Amino acid sequence: MLRYIIKRLAYGLLTIWFIATATFFAMHAVPGDPFNSAKAATPQLRENLRARYGLDKPVGEQYLLYLGNMLQGDFGISFTQENRRVNDIIREHFPVSAILGVVALLIASVGGIAGGAVAAYWHNRLPDRLLMMAVVLAISIPSFVIAALAQLLIVQANDLSGRSLLPVAGWGSLSHLWVPALVLGLGTMAYLARLMRSSMLDVMNTDYVLTARAKGLGTWQIFWRHQLRNALLPVVTELGPTIAAITTGGFVVELIFAIPGLGRYFVQAVQQLDYTVIMGTTVFYGAFLVLIVVLVDLLYGVIDPRIRLHGGQR
Amino acid sequence: MAYLPADFDRLPPQAPEAAETLAPSPPLWQLLLQDMRACLAAGVVLLVLVMAFIGPWLWPQDPATQWLSQVSSGPSAARRVDVVSDEFWHGPRQNVSALTALQATTTQVKLAWPDRADAMSYRVYRNAGGVGLGMPLIETVKTHYADRLQLSEQRYRYSVVAVRADGSTSDPEWIEVKPELTLGTFEAQLLGLDVMDGKVSLPSHPLGTDALGRDMLSRILHGAQTSMLVGLSAPLLFITLGAFYGALAGLLGGWVDNVLMRIADFVVALPFLLFMILFRVALGIESGESGLFPMVMAMVLLSWPSAARLVRGQVLQLRESAFVMSARLAGAGNFYLIRRHLLPNVLPLLLVSLSFAIPQAIFTEALLSFIGMGVVPPTPSWGTLCNEGIRSMLTHPHELIIPALAISITVLSFNVLGDALRDAMDVKVRRSLR
Repeated sequence: MLRYIIKRLAYGLLTIWFIATATFFAMHAVPGDPFNSAKAATPQLRENLRARYGLDKPVGEQYLLYLGNMLQGDFGISFTQENRRVNDIIREHFPVSAILGVVALLIASVGGIAGGAVAAYWHNRLPDRLLMMAVVLAISIPSFVIAALAQLLIVQANDLSGRSLLPVAGWGSLSHLWVPALVLGLGTMAYLARLMRSSMLDVMNTDYVLTARAKGLGTWQIFWRHQLRNALLPVVTELGPTIAAITTGGFVVELIFAIPGLGRYFVQAVQQLDYTVIMGTTVFYGAFLVLIVVLVDLLYGVIDPRIRLHGGQR
Repeated sequence: MAYLPADFDRLPPQAPEAAETLAPSPPLWQLLLQDMRACLAAGVVLLVLVMAFIGPWLWPQDPATQWLSQVSSGPSAARRVDVVSDEFWHGPRQNVSALTALQATTTQVKLAWPDRADAMSYRVYRNAGGVGLGMPLIETVKTHYADRLQLSEQRYRYSVVAVRADGSTSDPEWIEVKPELTLGTFEAQLLGLDVMDGKVSLPSHPLGTDALGRDMLSRILHGAQTSMLVGLSAPLLFITLGAFYGALAGLLGGWVDNVLMRIADFVVALPFLLFMILFRVALGIESGESGLFPMVMAMVLLSWPSAARLVRGQVLQLRESAFVMSARLAGAGNFYLIRRHLLPNVLPLLLVSLSFAIPQAIFTEALLSFIGMGVVPPTPSWGTLCNEGIRSMLTHPHELIIPALAISITVLSFNVLGDALRDAMDVKVRRSLR
C-alpha cells in the first residue's frame, strides 16, 4: 500500500512538472509581450522593463529560473499589476473559487446520487423517464446559457415580488452563493445521476441483493446497506474528472455572476497577457487537479476493501 | 474386447451435425432505424448540417449589414418604407395649440407645443411603455424638439413640463406616439439602397435583428457554419490521429507502447479548458483571421489521447483473441488482419466516441467564443452570438434565446444519436455473445 502511494505521488509530481513545462513553452510561443506601446513608450524603457522581469535572458535560463522559483513555491510578480505577487493573487482569489466549487460539488453529488437512485428504483416508469429527460436537457444546454437564464429569472422574480429576493450577481453573502453554485453543479449533477442510475441498476440484479431480500430485509435496509455502497463505487472513480469539470466550469459562472474568483482572474490575465499570472494559475490548477486525482485513487481503496493495492496493481 | 473386420469399414455418409449457428445481428443502421428517437435526432442533425452549408446561400443576407433603424427589433416581413430627410429641424411654421407630434417616424419624432407665458424653459421626457415621465431628453427654451435618439417601432409617451422662473414645474402635458418605420436619407445612402418614389425596400428579418441591427437569421446560419466546422473537423481529426497513435502503440507493444501511452497520460492530465485558452493564445491570430484554425489545432492537441487509449485497448484485446490467433495460424498477413478483424471491431467504437466528441467540441467552441477566447467577433459563431445576446438579455431576450436554442437543440440531437448508437451496439454485443 505504501509503495503504491509513493508511486502515485511520484507520478503526480512528474505530471505537475510536465504541466509546468508545457505552460512555460506555450506562454513563450505567444506573439508579443505585455510591454507594448502603451507601457513602454521608448525602446530603452522597453528594454529596461524586459530586464526587470527577466525576459531578456535566454529561454533556457528563464526556464530553469522559473522551475527553481516554483519549487520554492514562488510564482513571481504580476506583469500588469505593479508589485502584486502571484501567490497573493492566488491566496486571495482561490478561496472564493473553492467555496463556490465545494458547494457546487455538494449540490451535484447529493442531487446526482439521489436522482440516479430514484430513477433506478422506478426503472422505466414515470419518475425515471422524467429524470432522464431532465438529465439529457441539462447536458445539452451550455452552462453560460443556464447562468444567463438563471439571472433573467432572478430579475423577473425580484420585479414581481417588488423586493430583492436574491442578488443577481456579486459576492459576499450566502444569498450570493446558491444560484451560481446550482448552475455550476447542474451539468455534473446530470452526469452523476446518469452514472448512478446505471450502476444502481447493475447492483439491483446481483445475488447479494436477492439474498438480502430473501432473508426478509426491508427495502430501506437493502438500499442503505447493500445497494448504495456498492453502487457508489463507479461514481467515486468519476470524482476526479468531476472536480476538474467544476473547477474549470467555474470560469464562466464566475464571469457571468461577477464573482471575484481565480477563474475570472485567469481569463482577465490571459486577455492582458500577464505571463506570470497565467503560468502561476495554470500550474496551480494543474497541480491541484493532479493531487485530487491521486487522492481519489487512494480513497477508492479505502471505500472498497476488496481492492488490494499492491505495488500499483488494482 | 474383440474387433470385427466390419468395425473398420467406412461409415456411410451422414449429414453433418447441424452446427450451432448465431443469427447474424442486423447491421447498425437497421437497428438505428427501429429507434424513433435516433431517427428524429439524425433528422435534426442532418437538417442542421445542410442548413449550415447551404443556408447562407438560401438566405443571402449579409450577416454584417447593420439596419440601424431596426435595432433589436422582433420578426418583420419585407416591406417598402419612406425615406425621410434627416436634416436638422428648425421648428414648425405655425404655432400649435397643444402638444403635437408633427412627424412620427423612426428617423425623428418632431414635437411642438404652445408657448406658456410663465415658462422659463421646458423639459421633454420620453417613456417607452410606461405611464410615468420616463427618460429626460432635453431642457430647452424653444417650443419644439426633434427626438432622434434610437427610435424603434413602439409606443412612446412624450411629456413636456414647463419650468418657471422660481424653479417650480407645471403639470406635464403628454401625448402618445407610435413612430412609423422610415429610413433617413443618409442611412439609405450608407446601405446603398435604391430609392424609388421616395421609398426603399427593406428585406424581411424572420428572427428579428440584434443589438446592432444585424439580421438574426443570417447570423445564426453563418454561425452554424462556424460551429459545425469546428464541431466536425476537430473531432474527426483528433479521433483519426488518436486511432493511429493507439493502433501503433498496441501493435508495436513493449517499451514503445509504454512510452507512447505515458505521453498520452501526460496530455490527459493537462486541465482541458485552461490549456485550450493557453494554446489558443500561444498559436495567436493575425488581424483579419477568424481564429478557427488555432482553436481546432488546440482541440486536436489536447483531445487525441482518449481515442488512442480506446484503440490501443482494442488492439491488445484482439491480439490475444482466439479468432485472430487462428487467422494467424491459417496464414493471414498483417494487412489482412487489420482489414478483416481490427477495423470492423474498432470502427463502431470510434463512431460512438465521435458522436459524443462532436457535441463536446461544439460546446467548447461556444464556451471559448463566449468568454472571448474563441472566434474573433466579426465572424459569427453560436458562442459569440450568445455573448452578444447576453448583454441585451434583459430588454430583448430573443437575442440570447435564439442562438442558445440552436446550440442546445444541435447538441441534444448529437447526444441522443450517440446514446442510440451506443445502445444499438450494446444489442449487437449482446446478440453476438448469446
